[in-house]
Formats: sequence, structure tokens, C-alpha cells
Amino acid sequence: MKGLIGKKVGMTQVFDESGNIVPITLIEAGPCYVTIIRHPKRDHYKAVQLGFGEAKPKHLSGGQLGHLKKNDLPPLRYLREFRVKSVEDLKEGDQLKVDVFQIGDYVDITGISKGKGFAGGIKRHRFHRGPKTHGQSDRERAPGSAGAGSTPGRVFKGKKMPGHMGTARVTSQNIRVELIDPERNLLGVRGSVPGARGSVVMIKEVRKH
Amino acid sequence: MSDLIKAVEAPVNTNLPELNPGDSVSVHFKIREGERERVQEFKGVVIRIRKGGNNANITVRRTASHGIGVERTFPLRSPRIDKIEIQRRAHVRRSKLYYLRDRTGKRARLKEKRH
Repeated sequence: MKGLIGKKVGMTQVFDESGNIVPITLIEAGPCYVTIIRHPKRDHYKAVQLGFGEAKPKHLSGGQLGHLKKNDLPPLRYLREFRVKSVEDLKEGDQLKVDVFQIGDYVDITGISKGKGFAGGIKRHRFHRGPKTHGQSDRERAPGSAGAGSTPGRVFKGKKMPGHMGTARVTSQNIRVELIDPERNLLGVRGSVPGARGSVVMIKEVRKH
Repeated sequence: MSDLIKAVEAPVNTNLPELNPGDSVSVHFKIREGERERVQEFKGVVIRIRKGGNNANITVRRTASHGIGVERTFPLRSPRIDKIEIQRRAHVRRSKLYYLRDRTGKRARLKEKRH
């Protein structure tokens, strides 16, 4: 299994060997430790739990410390489970660093998107804007009709409406790894990644490619 | 800016001269044509300088034939930049010379800097 937990550092651009500009997001990823392996026999599913980010022991509960102590691991702040096809290739206590990935690999990256607050239909569901002229008033960003009249006589469930947007778990698929710096535990991936700077992201093997 | 971002950025191109808005420059940059690589020259006035590490760039404006303005933006840390030569320095009073876009002919001239 290949996977890492990291912290988004920010975006910049770098030059590739032929001098082209490549936009990248930097992630401070790993070192991660395998904290527990979920076996089908015991847990009825297959997953590998990784831990990332050293913390002071006083910031973890006794249960968390005991869980990590089982494999003589340092106190870790973030634990995330990665679903896997096979649990055979890793042992509990193993360490994973950025070099599990290579330049040119494709990865999926999961993060918590930036919060947008209470957003209207245009931002939240890509609705079209109403007309600005032709005698219109108050229609520019209005959501429009919520449905038909007496039949069905109600608004359908799941009707797209304004509401809270962002702060959701988002996965960006098929992102190319452009840069690896094992010394600084840095991973550079092409383009953008969900979440704010400093937020925790999961870097996973691609599901579809 | 984060130190981690600085760590992956290309080093500053030290053989570039100190550039100012209003400078008439000739930018030599490498372009690739199939397998061959050659150096192309672009002469014009620096109308904008943007800083910001790896993203630093300059925009050079020149007037091509028939009075058509041409602007090109060059990333300063690009390995494709061969050299930049300053031919003339002008006295200008702002950092972004966008007003040159609305001027042609004699009105588009800039006064030379006095030393």
C-alpha cells in the first residue's frame, strides 16, 4: 500500500527540465507510521491506519497513547485509515516517507475544503445568473423556480437550494507527483489540492487512471 | 512566504542586471524548435515588474510594424532566459507603465534618466 498523511504548505510554480512552468502544491508529507492494520478476520474490513505529526503526550488521551504504545510509536496527532485491497505488504509500526511515491506517479488527494459559509445557488450549484436588464429587479442571483405548481404540490427532495457550502471532504483524483524532497519530507503535486494551507490531507494511490 | 516554499524555488538568476520600469531592454531567451534550440531576442520597454520568488516576471512592450504593440512576459527565474541587456534607462514616475498602451508615436517616448 502507498499512502501518506500530510500538511498542505501552499502553492508555487517550478520550472521543469525543458524550462516550462509547472504549477505545484507543496505538501509536507510524512513520516507516517502504521498504527494498526484492520484485518478482515477481526474487523470485517481491510484498511491500514496511518499516524502523522508528532504531538506532545499531554495533548493526547490515555487511550490514544496506549494505542500508539502498542507498537512503540511516538505520540501522533493525526490518525487516518486507508482502505486497501491487501493488508499483507505492511506491518504495524512500519514507517512510510515521501519516497513511497515517485515523480510521475498519479495520486488521489483528500482534504477538507475551505468553508464558504451560507452560499447562494450560483456559487453552490453553478446556477445561472438572471438578467441584469429588461425591467428586472432583484433577479440577478435569485435561485429561480423551486418546481411546478399544484402537481406535484410540493418541492422535490434534494432540490438544489442555497445553503452551507464547503468544509466538506473532497477528493481530487489523478494528480501528478512533480517533486519529491525526502530530506524535507516535501511532496509537490501538479495543480491544486482541496483545503486551506496548513490543513491535513491524505495522499492515496489512484483509484481510477 | 513559507521557508518550505522557498526551498523548492529556483535560485535567483545572478547574471541579470538590476531592472527598473522604463528600461529599454533586450531579452535573449532560448526557444526550442523541434530538436534545435536557438536564442531569440526581444527588444522593448519594461512596463511592469512583478516580484514573488519563482513567480517573478517582467513584461516588455515593443511597437512592432504598423504601430501594433506587442507585449511579452518573461519569468525571471526561468532557465530559458539567456541574458537581459539594458540599452537605455528612462526617467519614469510610476512603477507600472500601463499608460504607454494608450500612446503611440512621439507621445510614447520616455525621457532618459539623468545621472
